[in-house]
Amino acid sequence: MQNQQLKQIVEAMLFVAEQPLSDTQLLEHLQDQQVSRRQLGAILDEIAADYQERGVQLQKVASGYRFQTRPELGGIISRLWQEKPPRYSQALLETLALIAYRQPITRGDIEEIRGVSVSSQMMKTLQERNWVKVVGHREVPGRPQLYATTAEFLDYFSLQDLSELPAIPAPAEKAKDTGQTAQTTAETATATE
Amino acid sequence: MSASGSGSSPQQQSLPLGFVRGEPLLDKPEDLYIPPDALELILDSFSGPMDLLLYLIRRQKLEIVDLPILPITRQYMEYVDMMKNLKLELAADYLVMAAMLAEIKSRMLLPRPPAEEEEEMDPRAELVRRLQEYEAIREGAQYLDELPQTGRDNFVARTATDARQYVEQPLPDITLSELALAFSQALAQAELQHHHQVHREKLSTRARMSRIMDMLQQHQRLRFADLFDVSEGKPGVVVSFLAILELVKEALIEIVQVDSFSEIHVTNRDPVYAEPTA
Repeated sequence: MQNQQLKQIVEAMLFVAEQPLSDTQLLEHLQDQQVSRRQLGAILDEIAADYQERGVQLQKVASGYRFQTRPELGGIISRLWQEKPPRYSQALLETLALIAYRQPITRGDIEEIRGVSVSSQMMKTLQERNWVKVVGHREVPGRPQLYATTAEFLDYFSLQDLSELPAIPAPAEKAKDTGQTAQTTAETATATE
Repeated sequence: MSASGSGSSPQQQSLPLGFVRGEPLLDKPEDLYIPPDALELILDSFSGPMDLLLYLIRRQKLEIVDLPILPITRQYMEYVDMMKNLKLELAADYLVMAAMLAEIKSRMLLPRPPAEEEEEMDPRAELVRRLQEYEAIREGAQYLDELPQTGRDNFVARTATDARQYVEQPLPDITLSELALAFSQALAQAELQHHHQVHREKLSTRARMSRIMDMLQQHQRLRFADLFDVSEGKPGVVVSFLAILELVKEALIEIVQVDSFSEIHVTNRDPVYAEPTA
């Protein structure tokens, strides 16, 4: 099949799909056309280049590829809906940042670092937005829930992967531990940058 | 929402009182100027006691590690005393911090018996650690706020189509040979990934930890080998392994092996361990 036609198909599919499409999903839809992953990658690059200067751009996020408007147009475009764009409180951003950077993490951990009790309302908001989910429990008294970020969180911030977040200083090892691990253990492999 | 733009407008003094680390010190630490109507402003502009503490330290142009506990405690208490009159329920978190500051202060003032001297650490160490971590997270929160946000900065662009009503969508069939082919391709690709640019392991490890916890929620017990995705190549396997080690260290999972050389399994920590011990 002609490259031009493939490009048109991919572009059209991405526009009408209700969700971002991953390259695996795209390949699945193109299986009759015998498209290789490499070929698809080249096509997506070409489409992205075509849209470089346009008001709408091709963006890869965690769930796949999608078209979205340029970030600098946000203020003007949001007037279409008369509603003010959401503005998140410092408290919510700090909580979200803690979960994103230090996951999996319990509510107690969050409260310890922020020095404030985390309101149930805030955790509910984060979960209702599908940014945060419970991935398990810490097996200590009370079995607190462990929170982690989701693919929707990455999508919302136009990220493909957590490693795209700008780095922040690594946490220092706890000086006085709760008693279960000796604080003198050598640094773990992950703590070395 | 930055703390520096809040509450105080220290215009009452313009001559530096002295210099700390080369920076002029404008405010007298002991006299804390708070505009009379600024109390509500304080509560609104600080996201918590850590935020207020960080602000007080920064205002004196000091490093967190130098934490001057005496003047900081005094200033902090002045804020908290006024807060108490205003909104008691909000001040509760601030009171916890006040108690901690007071405790550290008293421990620093008390002479230490020589026997304990070796064991005893700087009483400020734990608070300094928390402040540093809080500062790092504040930075992270700012990064998040600056990222383009869907619905604020960008909007997903889709065209509406009513095709769904008319098109029936059969699920694609996948034959075993296709599966085998896909697998060999994945393997081949993993092979190609050998030298990749250096990843910031820290973050991908955190993400992997969450994923493993997530997997363990669906299956109580997983084969060790199932936690590795060969198609990710060496870096992926290493990150998975680091994530497993980190999870074990944080006592979130357990690794079990019934006999030597038998299959290694990974499970959630057994709730038995959750029995209250203290």
